[in-house]
Amino acid sequence: MDGFGFSEGYEMKSKTIRRWSAVHTWTSLICTVFLLMLALTGLPLIFHHEIDHLLGDAAELKVMPADTPQLNLQQLVQAAEKHRPGEVVQYFGYEKDEPNAAIAIMAPTAGTEPNSSHTFMLDARTGEALEMPSANGGFMMVMLRLHVDMFAGLPGKLLLAFMGILFVVAIVSGTVLYLPFMRRLKFATVRQDKSTRLRWLDLHNLIGVVTLTWALVVGVTGVVSACADLLIAAWRNDTLTAMIAPYRDAPPLTELAPATRLLDIAREVAPGMQPDFIAFPGTRFSSEHHYAVFMKGSTHLTSHLLTPVLIDASTLQVTAVVERPWYMDVMGMSQPLHFGDYGGMPMQILWATLDVLTIIVLGSGVYLWVVRRRATKPVLEKAESVA
Amino acid sequence: MKRRQSNFWKVFATPTVIALFSAAGLFAALLGDGVWDALSWVGLGIPAILGLRGLLQRR
Repeated sequence: MDGFGFSEGYEMKSKTIRRWSAVHTWTSLICTVFLLMLALTGLPLIFHHEIDHLLGDAAELKVMPADTPQLNLQQLVQAAEKHRPGEVVQYFGYEKDEPNAAIAIMAPTAGTEPNSSHTFMLDARTGEALEMPSANGGFMMVMLRLHVDMFAGLPGKLLLAFMGILFVVAIVSGTVLYLPFMRRLKFATVRQDKSTRLRWLDLHNLIGVVTLTWALVVGVTGVVSACADLLIAAWRNDTLTAMIAPYRDAPPLTELAPATRLLDIAREVAPGMQPDFIAFPGTRFSSEHHYAVFMKGSTHLTSHLLTPVLIDASTLQVTAVVERPWYMDVMGMSQPLHFGDYGGMPMQILWATLDVLTIIVLGSGVYLWVVRRRATKPVLEKAESVA
Repeated sequence: MKRRQSNFWKVFATPTVIALFSAAGLFAALLGDGVWDALSWVGLGIPAILGLRGLLQRR
């Protein structure tokens, strides 16, 4: 299928180029609707912190003297349980820019799936609970769910992962086709005076080739993130199962040892690392019999890599500092490279600009295909009437 | 064969340089704040500006 009219004036004899053209046309056409949705929902997500503050959805901690002491972890657990009676704590998370806060995630049971959990902030000094509306519903949550799984759970994620793979193939095939198109044109030529189609063809090629690296990185890291559930399941099978094998036949815990010293215990066995989050017993990041404290590295680069420390939830003995398989590191590094949240506001603006440019490449691609099809249709009809 | 190779670099020389800048930009901010962030703004700014310039230019 010669979707884009190579035959006009270029040396297009080669079958190979026709094949690449077919690959480019069909991979792009199939993934375009999904990619447009991802690019559009991704745009507000780049600025989710700023939008939360603007909408008044961000939890604001009370101003208190800088040396105000913090409650211990068990006191915070109790504060959380008092805030939502009948529920259990699944996770406690920490944010770099809010040292006086803990993010609590609670649900009716420890094993409750993430989308049914409730997220809020605890003031670590007073135990006061602060609601985080945008983490539990509302416009930004709709954007996030559309972007992550289209409200369809794992099948939705896997479908989007597949669309991401098609997007990567479309980018690669598009780059191959860039050569025959541009053989006689100087870089960044945009023919303004011939026809609308030629102008958009040149823009599609120009914007496509300059955003190539960014789009590839965001595409690939998006696919990795979409497969996170599978990677976590693999990690549970590979690593966690072996570590907790001695507990396989242990009776379920009726009472947990206090969480008070969890962070100190984890720091002792993972020196120089910082706590990122704690998974309480029974969640998918821990075991039925363990607290898992996820420690992150303290350099910029290693702060995205997590090392779990498994702590027996009745004796508070360290069962293991779990080794990290390579794919968990890939998953960790994929997050900043997909979100664009690691280089300040200028990077967020550049991320949004490149996102909009990608929308233009997608849109112009569909336009070029439609125009080409319309132009070749009469010929096809003639051929059909002859046959 | 030789002609084809020179064709290749004639077409891909500039895009390769832009790709290297973008990659450096994506990587730089992972390494630190301050100067590293600024490097990443330059690296990612190049493709963003070139794309916008093409879009906005009129004859």
